Amino acid sequence: MTEEQPLDSFSPKGPLEQRWTQHKYNLRVVSPANRKRYRVIVVGTGLAGASAAASLAEMGYQVKTFCFQDSPRRAHSIAAQGGINAAKNYHNDGDSVWRLFYDMIKGGDFRARESNVFRLAELSTSIIDQAVAQGVPFAREYSGYLANRSFGGAQVSRTFYARGQTGQQLLLGAYQAMSRQVAEGHIEHFSRCEMQDLIKIDGKAKGIVVRDLLTGELSTHLADCVVLCTGGYSNAFYLSTNAKGCNTSAIWRAHKHGALFANPCFTQIHPTCIPQHGELQSKLTLMSESLRNDGRIWAPKNPADCGRDPREIPEQDRDYFLERMYPAFGNLVPRDIASRAVKHICDDGRGVGHEINGQKLGVYLDFADAIKEQGADVINEKYGNLFDMYQRITSEDPSQQPMRIYPAVHYTMGGLWVDYNLMTSVDGLFAGGEANFSDHGANRLGASALMQGLADGYFILPTTVSDYLARQTPLEDKDYPEVQQAMNYSQSRLDRLLNAPEPKQTPDHFHRRLGKILWDHCGMARNEFALKQAIEDIQQLREQFWREIKVSGNDKQLNQTLERAGRVADFMELGELMCIDALNREESCGCHARVEHLTSNGEVQRRDNDFGFVSAWQFTGDVVQPKLVKEPLHFDFVSPGIRNYQ
Amino acid sequence: MNFILHIWRQANPQAKGFFEKHELEVEAESSFLEMLDALNERLISLGKEAIVFDHDCREGICGSCSLVINGEPHGRHRATTTCQQYMRDYQDQNELWIEPWRATAFPVIKDLMVDRSAFDRIIQAGGYIPVRTGAAPEANTQPVAKPVADKAFDAATCIGCGACVAVCPNASATLFIAAKVSHLSSLPQGQLDHKRPAKMLAKMEAEGFGSCSNYRECERVCPKQIRTDTIVTMNKLLYQS
Repeated sequence: MTEEQPLDSFSPKGPLEQRWTQHKYNLRVVSPANRKRYRVIVVGTGLAGASAAASLAEMGYQVKTFCFQDSPRRAHSIAAQGGINAAKNYHNDGDSVWRLFYDMIKGGDFRARESNVFRLAELSTSIIDQAVAQGVPFAREYSGYLANRSFGGAQVSRTFYARGQTGQQLLLGAYQAMSRQVAEGHIEHFSRCEMQDLIKIDGKAKGIVVRDLLTGELSTHLADCVVLCTGGYSNAFYLSTNAKGCNTSAIWRAHKHGALFANPCFTQIHPTCIPQHGELQSKLTLMSESLRNDGRIWAPKNPADCGRDPREIPEQDRDYFLERMYPAFGNLVPRDIASRAVKHICDDGRGVGHEINGQKLGVYLDFADAIKEQGADVINEKYGNLFDMYQRITSEDPSQQPMRIYPAVHYTMGGLWVDYNLMTSVDGLFAGGEANFSDHGANRLGASALMQGLADGYFILPTTVSDYLARQTPLEDKDYPEVQQAMNYSQSRLDRLLNAPEPKQTPDHFHRRLGKILWDHCGMARNEFALKQAIEDIQQLREQFWREIKVSGNDKQLNQTLERAGRVADFMELGELMCIDALNREESCGCHARVEHLTSNGEVQRRDNDFGFVSAWQFTGDVVQPKLVKEPLHFDFVSPGIRNYQ
Repeated sequence: MNFILHIWRQANPQAKGFFEKHELEVEAESSFLEMLDALNERLISLGKEAIVFDHDCREGICGSCSLVINGEPHGRHRATTTCQQYMRDYQDQNELWIEPWRATAFPVIKDLMVDRSAFDRIIQAGGYIPVRTGAAPEANTQPVAKPVADKAFDAATCIGCGACVAVCPNASATLFIAAKVSHLSSLPQGQLDHKRPAKMLAKMEAEGFGSCSNYRECERVCPKQIRTDTIVTMNKLLYQS
């Protein structure tokens, strides 16, 4: 693959609204009687993985599933709060598949594929049907019909929700569907197992090496194709809203076997998280941005007021900065815009709350007006569990005093490059959910992560994986040299982690330092100088890591320190690629703000002619020298406009 | 703040466990698990094995964390998982006894980590609505009265942590099952499977959990405040079928 040959996504041509239907017709199918001859491995059992596994197993394939948690029900999809979009137009407010498509293309700042995004919008309605039939208890109106709300920058009400626990309820739906297939013998599930490496036979993905986290034993599993639904890599930043176990290892191993990694620098910083309280904090907690529907964001006009009780600051001394800067959208501007505005206020010395490294990092999110207008009961019905959660963490009651919020890393739009069939550049290796890069462009619109995970799992992968299998002969069970090679490699990596020459520092120590480099230099605002510095710093840190990493215990037992060390080692490499990608993309778009390319009033400035492509990075055998492969983006139905939220 | 910690250490399921004593200084703003993180950092630096415990989301929703703190599953703060306990909640204490869940059906794997896979097998026995992917009708064809949907939601918030089992003198999983049955069977979509309660309860017994004898301790420690009226709902369905 050379730069002269741009990547082909194999997107269908023709009218947008007929592409998926036509494509499905063109794909091959496996007859029901033959399906049991094929084996599929699904790694990761969150929304995408569990729904894909359940659907593929139901079709009759033999499916093996793997997760590192003690049960598939604990995957981090469970923590999604706000909701899931669907173009049902139940509110008769002008919504349609086309409008959802347009909103997502625009929200992604014209860095996503039209074909993929349209397909996602089209499938959104079937996801709701499926979830309701499974018993997902979505919010309902008194009429008994499904309730919707407007969410995260949308001007129509199309978000379905289950109080503040939409992700939990959708994941449990997928988990239960998967459990049914386990009971019927179509899925063999392995909890507390972590993928160590991908096995390629004759250039095709045919299996994985896993480590049983309880016994430490390495084993190999073969199949006719491999599906990775292992989530995003926000934890590269150490502090993020992801669960502690979320990691990049599976997709990074795949990358090192030739799978292209697309847009690694596209990471979403979510504006409404609970601010950090101290240096030893282990993670950040997100408050659903649905709070922005009724909460008003402000900071004191005068830096001298920053230490005052917010309730005593009079109205005229408050700066409702989002309402001031973006009158049309106000507090509902997209996430990247809100996040940068908050950062700007705090950099300006008008932050509130705890001081971290000499700076107050927080602004207020105030419900006083909403409570006055709608009553405490209504606000409590909408946000009760979020208020409780906030109070638990901060010991402050948001119904009595404003919340404090600050942006945090939350979601990664980048991931393994996939074609229209969700297949990576490695034959037979598929990626679904947050693990792929497919549908969100440079910035994900609120309430579309759950939608994408489930569209991939319930509807796209079952169809495209079938097409792939229809063209394969089931893998013969015999000894393949590649299997032993992968085992040996996995073992040698564990040995290296356990036997550093000068063991001194714990995995968390290195992880924190990596996180700080990325947050400072590859976070909300990036520039050439800082990114070059970050790349150098990460290379040094990585060298130090392999020299000084200290892991107690051994690899033949349950060893959580060893698990963490392995994950941090992969973040160390990915972190550098994130910076290289951010450095290479000399434009601002979506969540990626290069300070050299901002308009005079601080808005992002895209350079469509030079950067209207997906950056897909190829591993060349040397982590510091990845090769860029471009997938040009074409906009035949929507002309790229300037995102204007003022 | 200074604490004397007595932490359960057990090398493997067969080994004999014991309490290991540690002294630690910790900030009031630190979460309970961050306190254990700090202790583990110290142990690793000394070349000792870190204390094993389950945790993941650290925001009270994944259901991984599972510590008994001074005899209380998930600690002293009500309606809260272990990960959302903060050291400020323990200002009046100077000694903390930290143990794993204890139940025959949840064998200890190592230190503070237990095996809760029995819960997965109970769900596999009937805790789902069997609908084929793609076979679902338009979602709004079947209205569900708001109070019914709300009640189903309340039951559906169970996070499967197992605190109900850990506190129950019978180590019964009845509340866990009742929550799932109340969620699914009260919705019109899930009413067809009349055998759901019977299948799940039979599995519970086979997995070595005890039966319910109405101590109602489970309701008291449930971090998601699942109520024992779900058990009434389940029993009604059980006898109707």
